[in-house]
Amino acid sequence: MTSTPREITRRQMMRRVGLTALVAVPAAGLLSSCATSGETAAPSTAPSAAATSATNPFGVKADAPLEVVIFKGGYSDEYATQSHEPLYKAEFPKATIKHQGIQTISQTLTPRFASGDVPDVVNNSGTDNLDAGALIGAGQLLDLTPLFEAPSIDDPSKKVKDTLVPGTIESGFGGDPAKPYTLNYVYTAYGLWYDAKLFEKNGWTAPKTFEEFKAFAEAAKAKNIVPFAYAGKNASYYAYWMILISAAKIGGNEVLVNIDNLADNAWNHDAVKQAAAAWAEIGKYMDKSYEGLIHTEVQTQQNQGKIALYPSGSWLESEQSKDTPAGFEYAIAPTPSVTAADQLPYEAIRAAAGEGYVVPSKGKNATGGLEYLRVMLSKPAAKAFTEKTKSLTVVVGATEGLTLSPGLTSVVAAQNAAGQNVVTYSLFETWYKELETELRKQTNALMFGRISADEFASKMQAAADKTKADSSISKQSRSV
Amino acid sequence: MRHGKLSPVLLRKYGFIASFLAVPLILYVVFVIWQYIQAFQISFTNSRGISPNFDYVGFDNFTRLFDDEVFWAAVRHHVVLLLAMPLITVAIALFFSFMLNLGGGQKNGKMTGVPGSAFYKIVFFFPQVLAVAIVGVLFQAILRPDKSGVINSALHAVGVDPVGWLISPSLALWTIIGVMVWQAVGFYVVLFSAGMSSIPRDVFEAAALDGAGRFVLFFRITLPLLWDTLQVGWVYLGIAAFDGFALVQVLSVDRGGPDNATTVLPLEIWRTAFTYSKYGVASAMGVALFFMTLTFAVLTLRVTRRERIEF
Repeated sequence: MTSTPREITRRQMMRRVGLTALVAVPAAGLLSSCATSGETAAPSTAPSAAATSATNPFGVKADAPLEVVIFKGGYSDEYATQSHEPLYKAEFPKATIKHQGIQTISQTLTPRFASGDVPDVVNNSGTDNLDAGALIGAGQLLDLTPLFEAPSIDDPSKKVKDTLVPGTIESGFGGDPAKPYTLNYVYTAYGLWYDAKLFEKNGWTAPKTFEEFKAFAEAAKAKNIVPFAYAGKNASYYAYWMILISAAKIGGNEVLVNIDNLADNAWNHDAVKQAAAAWAEIGKYMDKSYEGLIHTEVQTQQNQGKIALYPSGSWLESEQSKDTPAGFEYAIAPTPSVTAADQLPYEAIRAAAGEGYVVPSKGKNATGGLEYLRVMLSKPAAKAFTEKTKSLTVVVGATEGLTLSPGLTSVVAAQNAAGQNVVTYSLFETWYKELETELRKQTNALMFGRISADEFASKMQAAADKTKADSSISKQSRSV
Repeated sequence: MRHGKLSPVLLRKYGFIASFLAVPLILYVVFVIWQYIQAFQISFTNSRGISPNFDYVGFDNFTRLFDDEVFWAAVRHHVVLLLAMPLITVAIALFFSFMLNLGGGQKNGKMTGVPGSAFYKIVFFFPQVLAVAIVGVLFQAILRPDKSGVINSALHAVGVDPVGWLISPSLALWTIIGVMVWQAVGFYVVLFSAGMSSIPRDVFEAAALDGAGRFVLFFRITLPLLWDTLQVGWVYLGIAAFDGFALVQVLSVDRGGPDNATTVLPLEIWRTAFTYSKYGVASAMGVALFFMTLTFAVLTLRVTRRERIEF
C-alpha cells in the first residue's frame, strides 16, 4: 500500500487550516487556499471499508465518526438526538456522532460542499434548503439505490423498498437519467385544515365543490370568520399548492407532470387557468392584510377561531401544538372539485413523501450515512418519529400501538378515502428554484387580486420557458 | 553625506509604525480585498458554489443581467433610494441639529439650542444603537397590515382603515425608505451637531447682531460652513442606499415583493447565490453593484467639491 493518498489528504488539510500560508510563500498559500484556485478537490478516500454482512450491508466501519445535520424546524431535531442517533449508536457503539440542528441548511452547508468537507447525512429541508438539482448535477449526492435494495432492519428477509409506502422512492428522484438521491421520510397529506369543533358548532361541513365553497364563504363571513386565508409574506407556496392540486383534479396528474417537465404550454393548460380562476374567487374573501403576515400569525388566528380553512400539510397540528387551545381539533379536508367533469374525484388528496434526507457523495463516512437512513427506516425509529413529531412516516405499519392525534386520525381517514386517487407532488419546486420563486410571487399577485387567472398562467408560462431556455440550469424529467 | 541609510532611530520609528500597520493591512487584504478580487473572477465563471469545478464563460453572466427584469427592478429601486433617502435624511438631520445647537436663539450673548436639546440629542441617537435586525423586527410590529399593527391600531382608533404599508406595491418601497431614514437620522444629527459646534460661535453672533434671523443664519452661515461634513454624510448615505438588504429581507412581502416592488441588488445577489445556486451570476451582480457604488462615490466627491473655508 502506498502512502500517496494519505499524503495528499494531509497536505490538503494543512492548506485548509491555512498552514501553508504560514510556511510557504504567503501569496502562493493564499492562492491555493481560496475557493477559486481551480483545483479539483480529490474525492476523499473512503475509510477502508469493513466487510459487508447481513447486519452491516454497506460495510460501515464500526468506529468511523458520523456527522448528521438536521433541519430544526417544525419537527425540531429531538427525534434525531433522542431516537435515531442513539439507535445508530446501538449498532456501532464505537462511532461518535456529531449532530447539528440548524435552520439555514443552504447558507451553512454550501461553503462546505464547495470545499469538499461535507457531513454524512443532511436533512435538506426548510425555506433555505439546498438546491438538490444543482447538487446532483455536480455529482455531490449519493445514489440511494443500494439503501432501498438493502435488507430491512425489522425483517432481513424483506428489502427496505418493500417496507415503504408506494411512491416514496420515486418522490426522491432526480438527475437525468433519474435515480433516487433523496429519501423523503415524512408522509404528508396536503389540503384544507379546519377546526372540527368549530365546524360542528356552526353546523358546517367542508365544501366539496367550489360552488359550495362560495356558499360556505358567505356563511362564514356572516359569522365574522374569514373563510380562507394564507400568509402571503412567507408562505405563498401553501396557496400555490392548492392551485396545483385543483389543476390536477381538473385535468389529471399529467398536468402537473407536464409542468415538472417544462413541457410547452404546460401552464397555459385550461386546467391551470380554471384552477387559478377558482382560487382567485376565494381570494376575494381574504383581507388584504394577509399578504403581509407570516404563517405563524395566520395559523394563530385560525387557532383563535378567526379563520375557517387554512391550506397546509399534515405537520400543521404539531407545529401549532403549543398555541392550539383546548377544544380545538384539527381536521383535514380535500380541496373542492372545480368542475363536474374533473378527472380526479373530490376525495383525491395530495399526499406525498416529503422532508428529504440526502447522503453527500464526498462525505468521510458515506456508508455510515446510508446506514443511518436504513436505521431511520426501521419501525422503532419511525414510531419514535411519529411520537415526537405527530407526523406519519413512509414506513408501513410503524404506527402500530400508537394513539394518533385528531389531526393524524383525519389524515389516515382522508388517505383511506382517497385510495389510489393521489395528486402527485410537484418536483419543479425543488428542481427549478427560479420557477418556484416566480410562482410564489405570481400566486400572491393572483390571490390578492392584482392579476387575472389568464395573466397568472401566461406569466408562469413565460417563467417556465425562460427556465427551459436557460442552459445553465440542469434539466430533469419524470415519466410519472 | 549618508545616502539611503536609515539611522537606527528612524528605523525603530518606522519599524514601530509598520508593525502596527501590517496586521490590520494584512487582515484587510485577506478578508476584504481578496474577496473582491475573487468576486470579479467568479463573475466570469459558471460556478454554482457547490463544487470546486467550473468553467470560464466570458461575459455571459453580464449579458444575462441585461434582460433580467428583476435585476433592473432592483436597479430602479436603488435610483429611487439614492435620490430620496439621503435627501430626506440630511434634510431632517440638518433641521434637528440646527434646532438642537442654534435654534434657541441667544442667551447671555451665546447661541443655544432649543430647551431640552441635550435630552433630544440622546433620544435621536437611540435608533443607531439598535442592530438592523432588531429595527426590522420592531417595524414588523409597527407596520403590521392589520388592526393589530402599532400604526394601524392608532389609525383604527380615529376611524381610518388599516394601511398596507408593506403590502401595497406602490407604497412598500417608500415604507422601507421611511424605516431607513428613521434609523439613520440620529447618527447624522450627531455628525452635523459636531460639525456645527466646530464653527466659531462669534460668526453666528456677529450675524445675529447684524439682525440675521434663524432662517438666514441657517442658509447663509451654517450650511456653507458645514459643507465638508455634509459631503461626507451624503457619501455615507448614498452607499447605504445601495444596501438595504437586511430591512427588505425582514420586512418585505415574499422577500422583495409584492411583485418585486421592494427588491434591492444585495437581496437579489443573495437569492441568486443561495437559492438559485448561480454564484457566477450573483458575482456578476456584485461586480455591477461595486461599480455603481464606486461611480456614485467618485461623482459625489467631484461634483460637490468646493473651496474649503478656513477658520
